[in-house]
Amino acid sequence: MSRGKCCKGGEGLEIRFILIQNRAGKTRLAKWYMQFDDDEKQKLIEEVHAVVTVRDAKHTNFVEFRNFKIIYRRYAGLYFCICVDVNDNNLAYLEAIHNFVEVLNEYFHNVCELDLVFNFYKVYTVVDEMFLAGEIRETSQTKVLKQLLMLQSLE
Amino acid sequence: MPAVSKGDGMRGLAVFISDIRNCKSKEAEIKRINKELANIRSKFKGDKALDGYSKKKYVCKLLFIFLLGHDIDFGHMEAVNLLSSNRYTEKQIGYLFISVLVNSNSELIRLINNAIKNDLASRNPTFMGLALHCIANVGSREMAEAFAGEIPKVLVAGDTMDSVKQSAALCLLRLYRTSPDLVPMGDWTSRVVHLLNDQHLGVVTAATSLITTLAQKNPEEFKTSVSLAVSRLSRIVTSASTDLQDYTYYFVPAPWLSVKLLRLLQCYPPPEDPAVRGRLTECLETILNKAQEPPKSKKVQHSNAKNAVLFEAISLIIHHDSEPNLLVRACNQLGQFLQHRETNLRYLALESMCTLASSEFSHEAVKTHIETVINALKTERDVSVRQRAVDLLYAMCDRSNAQQIVAEMLSYLETADYSIREEIVLKVAILAEKYAVDYTWYVDTILNLIRIAGDYVSEEVWYRVIQIVINRDDVQGYAAKTVFEALQAPACHENLVKVGGYILGEFGNLIAGDPRSSPLIQFSLLHSKFHLCSVPTRALLLSTYIKFVNLFPEVKATIQDVLRSDSQLRNADVELQQRAVEYLRLSTVASTDILATVLEEMPPFPERESSILAKLKKKKGPSTVTGLEDSKRERGADINGGPEPTPASAASTPSPSADLLGLGAAPPAPVGPPASSGGLLVDVFSDSPSAVAPLAPGSEDNFARFVCKNNGVLFENQLLQIGLKSEFRQNLGRMFIFYGNKTSTQFLNFTPTLICSDDLQATLSLQTKPVDPTVDGGAQVRQAVNIECVSDFTEAPVLNIQFRYGGTFQNVSVKLPITLNKFFQPTEMASQDFFQRWKQLSNPQQEVQNIFKAKHPMDTEITKAKIIGFGSALLEEVDPNPANFVGAGIIHTKSTQIGCLLRLEPNLQAQMYRLTLRTSKETVSQRLCELLSDQF
Repeated sequence: MSRGKCCKGGEGLEIRFILIQNRAGKTRLAKWYMQFDDDEKQKLIEEVHAVVTVRDAKHTNFVEFRNFKIIYRRYAGLYFCICVDVNDNNLAYLEAIHNFVEVLNEYFHNVCELDLVFNFYKVYTVVDEMFLAGEIRETSQTKVLKQLLMLQSLE
Repeated sequence: MPAVSKGDGMRGLAVFISDIRNCKSKEAEIKRINKELANIRSKFKGDKALDGYSKKKYVCKLLFIFLLGHDIDFGHMEAVNLLSSNRYTEKQIGYLFISVLVNSNSELIRLINNAIKNDLASRNPTFMGLALHCIANVGSREMAEAFAGEIPKVLVAGDTMDSVKQSAALCLLRLYRTSPDLVPMGDWTSRVVHLLNDQHLGVVTAATSLITTLAQKNPEEFKTSVSLAVSRLSRIVTSASTDLQDYTYYFVPAPWLSVKLLRLLQCYPPPEDPAVRGRLTECLETILNKAQEPPKSKKVQHSNAKNAVLFEAISLIIHHDSEPNLLVRACNQLGQFLQHRETNLRYLALESMCTLASSEFSHEAVKTHIETVINALKTERDVSVRQRAVDLLYAMCDRSNAQQIVAEMLSYLETADYSIREEIVLKVAILAEKYAVDYTWYVDTILNLIRIAGDYVSEEVWYRVIQIVINRDDVQGYAAKTVFEALQAPACHENLVKVGGYILGEFGNLIAGDPRSSPLIQFSLLHSKFHLCSVPTRALLLSTYIKFVNLFPEVKATIQDVLRSDSQLRNADVELQQRAVEYLRLSTVASTDILATVLEEMPPFPERESSILAKLKKKKGPSTVTGLEDSKRERGADINGGPEPTPASAASTPSPSADLLGLGAAPPAPVGPPASSGGLLVDVFSDSPSAVAPLAPGSEDNFARFVCKNNGVLFENQLLQIGLKSEFRQNLGRMFIFYGNKTSTQFLNFTPTLICSDDLQATLSLQTKPVDPTVDGGAQVRQAVNIECVSDFTEAPVLNIQFRYGGTFQNVSVKLPITLNKFFQPTEMASQDFFQRWKQLSNPQQEVQNIFKAKHPMDTEITKAKIIGFGSALLEEVDPNPANFVGAGIIHTKSTQIGCLLRLEPNLQAQMYRLTLRTSKETVSQRLCELLSDQF
């Protein structure tokens, strides 16, 4: 007989927000998948920065934050952070970050922080190709880059 | 310079961004921005029509300025114009602007929706994609209303491009999350399920997310997804690492899709069809096998991706909780990770094992790792890893290892991070109680907790130890002896004084035979701590002293001297002064028999759920603890078989008056959002106004208490106290509501709202200003309410308070005691006048009568005070029967004045009252009679 527990139901397992910040706390991308008012957004940005920058390389890439978890990875001076539910798959998001970074790197030919500043409007396009509605949309780097190049050619 | 130009760059934008970056100060930046805003504004207002490129450039600059944190109050129209451009880059900037600066301006929403509609119908996949992404990003209700019917069609249409399907699936998911009522299930659902078979793995990835969310709410409709998900998963895990080409990530085939499919399967019990079930078991075994194979790459990406799938597979195995073989293998695998050199894996293994510990099949296997986990507690550098170790120790605890685990937690507590101390204290207290075979161990453990981390021992914990000692007579002597010894320490925590005071007051006699702990020594020891303690503790000690008077007549004189001293009898604190006066008097006038009766040993407490457990649940969120506790309970019964350490249930209920120390009023269960409110996490981040909580327990009683008075505490729980002060004159009133934050943590988004039904709004006008949304710990904020009674009314407004405390959303509702009688003006009149008017109001509709049983002692003075408090004049020597009470007054409303007469006839013998109201208006008679009847 099945002893399965009832469904995990209704938890809405999705990304709450994606943040790219530099060490000084400057936001290079903020993508929100839930409604927050502007003050709340600013607060979240500051809190995430405070939580993440004090951690060192020996620490995990996961940190509890309010009732959520921040999955983050540092690339040079930039922190890439994804906020998810505490019981979501930590490693899957950690690698989703890396996958995203590899796409950015390819798209901007050795991406650096300034690329994200000057091309902020393109970064949104890259994000939307890979993450939509707080879910992972496309994981194939080949497919994403092909689409991005196609869009580039329309410009 | 960075690579700004790829042939497409907006040069003006790049220059502007460079300028901003070169600004040396905030002022310079603001100056540059204002200059740019003025420039853009003039361009937008200018006579010359702007070309698409310029419009795009300026809108993009505005967006950049907004993202820097400045307000933007124009440009929305230009952005909307860009939506109807035929050029991708212009459209993209338009959509981006709309998505980032969501605007609820209804005029614009119509235009935006129109543009989206055109793009959706354009058959141009790029434009369709932009439109879908915009809906998915904004996800507003207006958009759901406009497109929720359309998008399923796009999703399942045969000729839709793959990339559009991906976007449509997730767009629909977003609309379903924000407005599930607007997304109708229909024919499309079965076709969506079949997307799991799609050739394009990107489509499958997006569709799996959609199906998982839909299946959570509609499991029956999406049941067929189980077998499709299993076969898809099976094809992925058995594929060679090169088969999936684009979807292979560092030699791992489609890791994210695998994770999503495994998550989808966690919406359902194990498949019933044996073939599907067998295939799934094979998949899970394959995933577990792969973990043992040598890695195909040394890169961390490879092992992370592989382990992401592995952990999700283990989650599914634990969720099904039906295959002992798989559960034990999962446990062994996690055991390997516990010792892995990567911190991430150790952390995740601890976390995952925590859920595994609650399965009866794997509980024993988890327990074998106890030494490793204890070691993690001692050596891990990352506090979040240590936290996981504490959680796991708690989860794996049972009677066989409780002593070891509690000892380890206690020793960890000495150095634990402040942020998790309180939680560890709660956990230790719960485990010590739950698995105590020998209650002396329990008492020792709790006293140790107080010694090591006294500041973190909440009331619940020390209340609980007292309840248990009182309920178990085999431990009382030991407890008295132990607290007596602990109190010998020169500096002891105030919580120890509280526990010591209470226990010695009850059971000090059990150790009084020993000359080293004679009554006088016990008293002197406690009294030596007295002056360093806070008022509540001193009040408790005074009660202990009066109990000593009863237990030990030989110290009576000493104690009376203490009570008589000015520092007690004239203490500035009312509570202390009152206790001193009353106890002194009691000790003087009462005979030993009466003393013995009044100060009898406390009767056992009725058994109830441990208040500590309730507190831990509150701290951790119901979902995380409840499951574990339930399973622990089951297991306790299954495996240990022994009697649960709960005291005899024959305990009598203590009468509140006998409970001098106030412990009978143990803290009520925390008032939180109702458990069914769809998960704590959603509540916390949700900004949409939440449903109003049902009235807090006791709200009606508190309401009734305010009918005859205007000031006092309306509501109180562990977090919040609400006090009222109000005054009324004729048909107007003013009420001050005081919100006190009882915690040391800020309340955020603090929003009190007055809610009146439509009927009430027409008759009672309330005006108030919003309060500051932040209430600091320990602070009190005041809100004034101006009240006007327009005409007579029956209902009462509801005061709803919502706020965030720590991580949790709080929602409290209480009835606000604004009642019709508040608008009474007393009228004095002579006997003759009274009866003359009484007769004039003899019409049957004008009189309302109620005969009821007395709920309170029938005391003449109290009754008089209540009638006066009710607002009418109390007319003496009017009624021929002196035992009766009569009153008169006028109810003032904006429209009219209503004369009221009342008569209350007590019948002492029957303990009944008859209350008669006569007024010129039936509804008024009715309401006043209801309100006043409740008071006696």
